[in-house]
Amino acid sequence: MLHNLAQLPRYRGLIQSLVARELKARYRGSVLGFFWSFINPLTLLLIYTFVFKYIMPAAVQGVSNYPLFMFCGLLPWTWFSSSLVESSGVLISGGNLIKKVLFPAEILPIVTVTANMVHFFLALPILVVFLVYYQAPLTVSELAWFPVVVAVQYLFTLACALLLSALTVHFRDIRDILSNVLTLWFFATPIIYSYLHLPETAKPFMKYMNVNPFVHLAISYQEILFFAGPFGHWRWLLALGVLSALLFLAAYWMFDRLRDSFAEEV
Amino acid sequence: MTPAIEVARVSKIYRRFSHKKQFATLKSALLSRSLIKNLRPDETFTALNDVSLTVPKGQTLGVIGRNGSGKSTLLKLVAGISKPSTGTVKVHGRISALIELGAGFHPEISGRENVFINGIMLGLTKREVTERFDEIVEFAEMKEFIDAPVKTYSSGMYMRLGFAVAIHVDPEVLLVDEVLAVGDEGFTHKCLDKFAEFKRRGKTILLVTHSLGMVERFCDEALWLDAGRIKGSGDPKRIVGAYVTDVERQEEQQLAATDAKARQEADATVVSPDEPASAVLPDNPVETGNTDMFRAAEGRWGSREIEITQVDFVGPDGQAGHVFHSGDRLDVRIRLRAPLPVDDFVVGVGIFNADGTCCYGTNTYLEELAPESIAGDTEATFAIDALDLVEGTYKVDVAIHKIDGYPYDYHRLLHTFRVKSRVKDVGIYRPRHSWKFSGNLKFKDRRGSGS
Repeated sequence: MLHNLAQLPRYRGLIQSLVARELKARYRGSVLGFFWSFINPLTLLLIYTFVFKYIMPAAVQGVSNYPLFMFCGLLPWTWFSSSLVESSGVLISGGNLIKKVLFPAEILPIVTVTANMVHFFLALPILVVFLVYYQAPLTVSELAWFPVVVAVQYLFTLACALLLSALTVHFRDIRDILSNVLTLWFFATPIIYSYLHLPETAKPFMKYMNVNPFVHLAISYQEILFFAGPFGHWRWLLALGVLSALLFLAAYWMFDRLRDSFAEEV
Repeated sequence: MTPAIEVARVSKIYRRFSHKKQFATLKSALLSRSLIKNLRPDETFTALNDVSLTVPKGQTLGVIGRNGSGKSTLLKLVAGISKPSTGTVKVHGRISALIELGAGFHPEISGRENVFINGIMLGLTKREVTERFDEIVEFAEMKEFIDAPVKTYSSGMYMRLGFAVAIHVDPEVLLVDEVLAVGDEGFTHKCLDKFAEFKRRGKTILLVTHSLGMVERFCDEALWLDAGRIKGSGDPKRIVGAYVTDVERQEEQQLAATDAKARQEADATVVSPDEPASAVLPDNPVETGNTDMFRAAEGRWGSREIEITQVDFVGPDGQAGHVFHSGDRLDVRIRLRAPLPVDDFVVGVGIFNADGTCCYGTNTYLEELAPESIAGDTEATFAIDALDLVEGTYKVDVAIHKIDGYPYDYHRLLHTFRVKSRVKDVGIYRPRHSWKFSGNLKFKDRRGSGS
């Protein structure tokens, strides 16, 4: 396993070109092309803003500049959830490569997560526009944490993607289970609502919140970009970083164990 | 010499999970939380069984065998795409596997981008691909289409580009799986030239093919796989010969089985002699050319006053069989039984090719033999001095009937034999022939170069 892991950097070039291919191929043939990277999150933003500003304003009472707040959590979530959805099917759809070419299969989920990260980066300019427009209270020391959050999320997403992609080869049901789990996960994470402004009825569930790894990522993004004051969530973030590293090793071990079965099962 | 490929006692066992089991494993895996343990298969299939082989550097090994004999599995193991269940595979030097050409091409992006990605996937660096790019495109004859998306390519273009990339990886060990079946004549020649060049430059080639001519001409050694085991290896001519003989023997068994089945079915539906399928029988026995007869389906009918108890095809070796070579001697031996003496009878034979065309038909009456008597068990032999038919499967009618056509026992298309030929000529009938040339017209033998 460690040997295989050590071999991975050798495939950087391949990962790069596959990510580039993924990005090129995704919008090839569509009129707006890369603009969809902006349009998709903006549309989501419009929908949620409309709902929470005009239909259920009570739910987000106390959060000023709601669109900016929501955007801080929504963009990372989109990266995370699309990575998982895509990686759950990536070994099956990439079966041709696994069966016919000598090719380390883990490259496929890595490419998926990385390509989605690039999409995340491509949407960041919109976030910058929002930050400027709402005159968000940014400080350099807080912004320095931003790459760390991204790195932790990358590692965490990659670990989940490895696990999912390997297991889905054997249990195709996972794809269906996943879409349900992701819906639950989205609402269990303070993305469209703020954990600071929860109503009384939600209080009993608060104590379970810390179990959800994505809570800490969302809160980190929000503290860094949205809320004023120093970044206070860094202990949780670093702890999640360590956990993600362990999870990644475990996922990689699992992936390695199942590797030989891929060529036969996909 | 150092071996380039070493395969030592390798077995490959494929596991099969039935669909039902998959659901069961998910449930039990979740319940017992022992995922790995529960991934046990319920069925196994041994694709390769204790196979060992060594290919010295610079040699070309041809692997032959029937479909499903494990050839492609062997190639995948050598390529490292799948792992052996037991045993070890060692390959020294860079491998390029021409297994599925263009595997990994993405349909939406251009040929140019795909060449880069495919090259990198096969182990080149970006710079190396850039250096070889023009050569690849030229080899694939794709200059004007290289910037079009791959989804617009024809299957031939797809294959050519895949082949061009794979061959320009400049491998030390080249694995080829039946890829020359695609592509037009010109491109095939180009590929063969490229292989020859590889050979000259001392590269090792492992070739899986059904083209026996190519193995004989091209390979230093041949390996014959049968049901996952090595059935023979060594001199290509010898191995190919043994393989061909074995294939014939198997065809023989199959034909014997179909024959037996056809006769069994025919016996089960005996047509009563009083109402013979009128369309089936010639009104006038002299007119064996009656077209109705040729439209009849296979079957057996007749009064059985004289019965055909057995029909054998006897080859030059005196053995009854079903596979013969063009030009061989062939006896159609017909066993007859007449419980009571009969004095009105005609013995006839007809040979039909797969299209249903009558290649030849005759009977004793047509050949001006008047019947005298038949009684008890006896035998009639239709002796063919030379079976001058082209390659193919032939069905035979054998009949004994009255001069006026009333059938005693009619076997319609119930007997089958197969003619094999080295020469792939066409037609119905092969006249005895030879070619003669005068001084300025010269040929040389191209035997063994067929593909």
